Amino acid sequence: MSEVEETIKRIQSHKGVSGIIIVNADGIPIRTTLDNSTTVQYSGLIHQLAAKAKSTVRDLDPQNDLTFLRIRSKKHEIMVAPDKEYLLIVIQSPNEV
Amino acid sequence: MSDTEGKEVSDKEKEHSEEKEMDTAKSPKPRKTPPSSGKSSPKKPGSAKSGTMTPKSPAGSRGRATPKSKGKREEIKMETPAPEEEEDATLPDHCEPIFLSSKTQTIFSCVCDSDVTKENRFKIIPKAAILEDLHNRAGVCDFHPIKNKIIEYPGEEFLLVYDRDFKFGQNFYICFSEETKEKLLHPPKKEGEVVEGEGGVPGEEAEDTTVYKYVPPQSKEWVSHGSEKEIKEESVVEMRRRLKVSVRRKRKLFGAPCKFTDRNVGDAKDGYVECTSYKDKTFDLQKIELDKGIQAIPWFMDSGTQTEWKYPRNANTQYYPREFSQHEQQEILKKKQTGTFMDGVCPRFQLALQQNEIMDVFFNDWLNLGEADNTFGSKADNHLKEYQSFADLQFSKEKKITDIQWHPTIKGIVAVSVAEKLTFDERIDNASKVIMTPSLILIWSFTDPINPQLFLEAPDDIHSFQFCPSNPNIIAGGCQNGQLVLWDISAHADRLKQPRGGNRNKRATVLPGFEDPNALKTPIVRYCAVSSIENSHHAPITDIMWLPDHVEINRMGVPQENKGFESCQIFTCATDNCILVWDTRPTKGPQQQQQGAKPKDKDGTKNPIGVPDTFKHLDLTWKPMLKVHLHKSEPGGDHAPTKFSIAEKQGDRGALSKATDGGVPDKEASVTGGYFQSGKPGSGREKRTLQTVKTHFFVGTEDGEVVYVDWMPQKDQDTGKIQTPKPDFYHTMHDGPIMTVQRSPFFMDILLVVGGWNFTIWKEAVVIDKNNPSSAESLKTLNVAENDALKSGPILQSAPNPIRMTSGFWSPSRPGVFYISKVDGSVDVWDLLDKTHEPSITQSVSPSAITKIYPHAVSHKQHLLAVGDSSGTLHILEIPWSLRLPAPNEVTGVANYFEREVKRRGFVVQRWDFREHEKRELEAEAKKKAGIAPNVLLTDEEIEYRLKLEYQAYMEAEGNFLRELGITKEEEPLPQT
Repeated sequence: MSEVEETIKRIQSHKGVSGIIIVNADGIPIRTTLDNSTTVQYSGLIHQLAAKAKSTVRDLDPQNDLTFLRIRSKKHEIMVAPDKEYLLIVIQSPNEV
Repeated sequence: MSDTEGKEVSDKEKEHSEEKEMDTAKSPKPRKTPPSSGKSSPKKPGSAKSGTMTPKSPAGSRGRATPKSKGKREEIKMETPAPEEEEDATLPDHCEPIFLSSKTQTIFSCVCDSDVTKENRFKIIPKAAILEDLHNRAGVCDFHPIKNKIIEYPGEEFLLVYDRDFKFGQNFYICFSEETKEKLLHPPKKEGEVVEGEGGVPGEEAEDTTVYKYVPPQSKEWVSHGSEKEIKEESVVEMRRRLKVSVRRKRKLFGAPCKFTDRNVGDAKDGYVECTSYKDKTFDLQKIELDKGIQAIPWFMDSGTQTEWKYPRNANTQYYPREFSQHEQQEILKKKQTGTFMDGVCPRFQLALQQNEIMDVFFNDWLNLGEADNTFGSKADNHLKEYQSFADLQFSKEKKITDIQWHPTIKGIVAVSVAEKLTFDERIDNASKVIMTPSLILIWSFTDPINPQLFLEAPDDIHSFQFCPSNPNIIAGGCQNGQLVLWDISAHADRLKQPRGGNRNKRATVLPGFEDPNALKTPIVRYCAVSSIENSHHAPITDIMWLPDHVEINRMGVPQENKGFESCQIFTCATDNCILVWDTRPTKGPQQQQQGAKPKDKDGTKNPIGVPDTFKHLDLTWKPMLKVHLHKSEPGGDHAPTKFSIAEKQGDRGALSKATDGGVPDKEASVTGGYFQSGKPGSGREKRTLQTVKTHFFVGTEDGEVVYVDWMPQKDQDTGKIQTPKPDFYHTMHDGPIMTVQRSPFFMDILLVVGGWNFTIWKEAVVIDKNNPSSAESLKTLNVAENDALKSGPILQSAPNPIRMTSGFWSPSRPGVFYISKVDGSVDVWDLLDKTHEPSITQSVSPSAITKIYPHAVSHKQHLLAVGDSSGTLHILEIPWSLRLPAPNEVTGVANYFEREVKRRGFVVQRWDFREHEKRELEAEAKKKAGIAPNVLLTDEEIEYRLKLEYQAYMEAEGNFLRELGITKEEEPLPQT
């Protein structure tokens, strides 16, 4: 099993994790645990949001960089970790039993 | 200086100047106009400005007019220039007239008219000279007669005054006092002026600085101030050539004799020319003044733009997400970069995920704060507060409130029906009185606690009524005599809607003196339809209910979809053992008839009492479309219903979605399926049957029974007639007539039943209907034992209360709370989550028995409890927030509570079975002990023996009985077997 699969499994083991998506720099999903339409939607939108957040942080302080983005909503939390080439999106519903 | 003074001064100066002129004998100047003219020409600016002296002044002319007074004044001033003016003057004090002979005159060099003149009257003579003369001439001396006075005279010089006119008798008078001398020599002020004026020498008088001096005007060089223009304008200049007129006449006509004759003026056309004045159009407008205005404004610019019209066009774009193929994905995932990225990112995720697992950081504590305070019985104010009370002296006093209904849409409107407080017998005895008094429903508004907003008139006392849920202007009421009545208050809806009392507004708009006396009166609305008395109930209608607007039932009692969503069917119940279903829509036949008859109506009498003809088609011919007769399961009368409750709820459209097509949907029906006038009741073919609507319903009876029955008529096995089936079950749990059967607003299957001295709470069991697939479905999940237990009795039964209960009502906002009213005028508030053995609050509300209560959520913040008592007063109480706001999980809590109670009920039933079984066992055992073992096979002998024993026991009993009656004697031997 590859390194990637291992990590995914590790994250998946946490309580309430409902989806993991790896997106490339262009917003194209590479690896997903969700169905296709949800994945496409998530990757397209979150990619844009992360890019915006990243540019905001960079604009505020050019030395700074975005490392992690957590979006808390009524139903679940979307965690995003941006990097140069990839974007990892994890969706967790912590209150769900 | 005041005016009078000024005048005086001018007087004096004028006189003075006159005198001066006279003295100097100058010829009068041209400006010296006669006094009568009194004015100098204003055209002489030089003279006007020349000096302080105005030669003429109005005062001056007046002064002239009164020369006498002027003379007097002069005398006081001791001015004596004019001898004639001194005529009536008196001799000054300390003076002595004296005659001096011409010789003496020469001695003293005061010869008359040479040394002394009229003007220069004074002569100073030294005392020594006189004394010398006296000495020289002795008795001849003219001064001899006054010798003593001369010697006594203290001064050195005497003043001798020449009296030319012998005013005082002699030619001179002499002054003997220094004072007088001084006075005569220096008369105050004016004399100085005179002196000054005469001699040009300034006087010594310092007191008066105003010096009036005549300065003759000097002509100055003319300076133009623009007056020449005025003059020019004034002067007439010839602007145009003069007209020259030459009149000619023939030479021969000159001097010819004239002959005059009379002739009529009217005939003369040639003789004279009339030149009438006319208005010349050319000079119509004379512009003398011209008003012109100028205002600076910014430059104007007119410009326009127009957007180009673009035709809407259908256009679309479609895109698909960019995706990697399976192979590409694999490729990327295998890259080392991906692996490092994942490794680098993973810890952050784990941290975040764990954080979320450990604790919900975003849990809103505030929302759950204060939960503890909400529990019942805390210190918070939890009493019902009196909010308002309504009583009409004329119509509700000494009557009992039979029903209360809040207006479904308008806030602050509550309707109340009242009935006479009479028993049946009393009613019959006082029939005449009862008939005469109108039976009314009173509609109250919070804005006016004194006068009801509306009266609804009924043929007889109303015991129950309800607003139509889909149209609140329609009200159905059940009468004492069993008739069903309908009102339409559409015409008065505005009156109820007015925010402030309807009366006040009217008063404002009507002109004073033109008020309509009826404007302030509460209007009385007559019922617009009443059911046919033969087909109505035969007992007072005790409960009435509009069927929810999404359901209607056909003649067979089958619930169907109501496409118009207008409530049009009414359930009524009365103690004549039946429940009737009415339809407000006209049946096919009568409708056509009515349509035919309509034109006639319009020609003829129009509704005389102003009754809206909404339900004209029903009036007096209205028949129920379905009759549910409540048979008892066993013989011995029927159930007499007082209250009922069906499962369908207004506004709950759930049943529609599960509807199954009962037939082909008819287009027409869906279009016209409408209001009271349209639509056909019972024509069920095109309407969908609502399978999920329960046709079983709870009925509370007069005897305190709770009956659960299906209203759908079925074929009776015995008689083959189609009639209402026998009830599923009935239980007598109450020791008085049922007053309330009401479903909880939160749990459709939970019912509160109030009657007699206690209340019960029931849970509706699921009825297994083999024909109904949906109920069969639910059967799978159903606990059959529990379901049976529900049929066996209530899940909660209260202990009998010492005071009889009159009605009950669920709280509209709290699932565990309900209100119970009692005969002693108090209201009990029960909170099932607080305690179930006694009420949470008991509060006394009225001195008389409460007949009806109705809580209502006016707004989120205000819940009101309407309480009607048997003395006709409607009390409105405010429900405290503790009874208004549900606890956070109250619904679940109450649901759990009911669940537990259902289980308990199941256990009770189980125990019944158990006890029954036990009892049977015990009996069997007892029998065994008695030697009767039913299980053991008996031989013939044994049977014979047992029969013998039985016979013996029978005979013994018979003997005893006969003995008791005294038929047989004691000693009589028993017959031997």
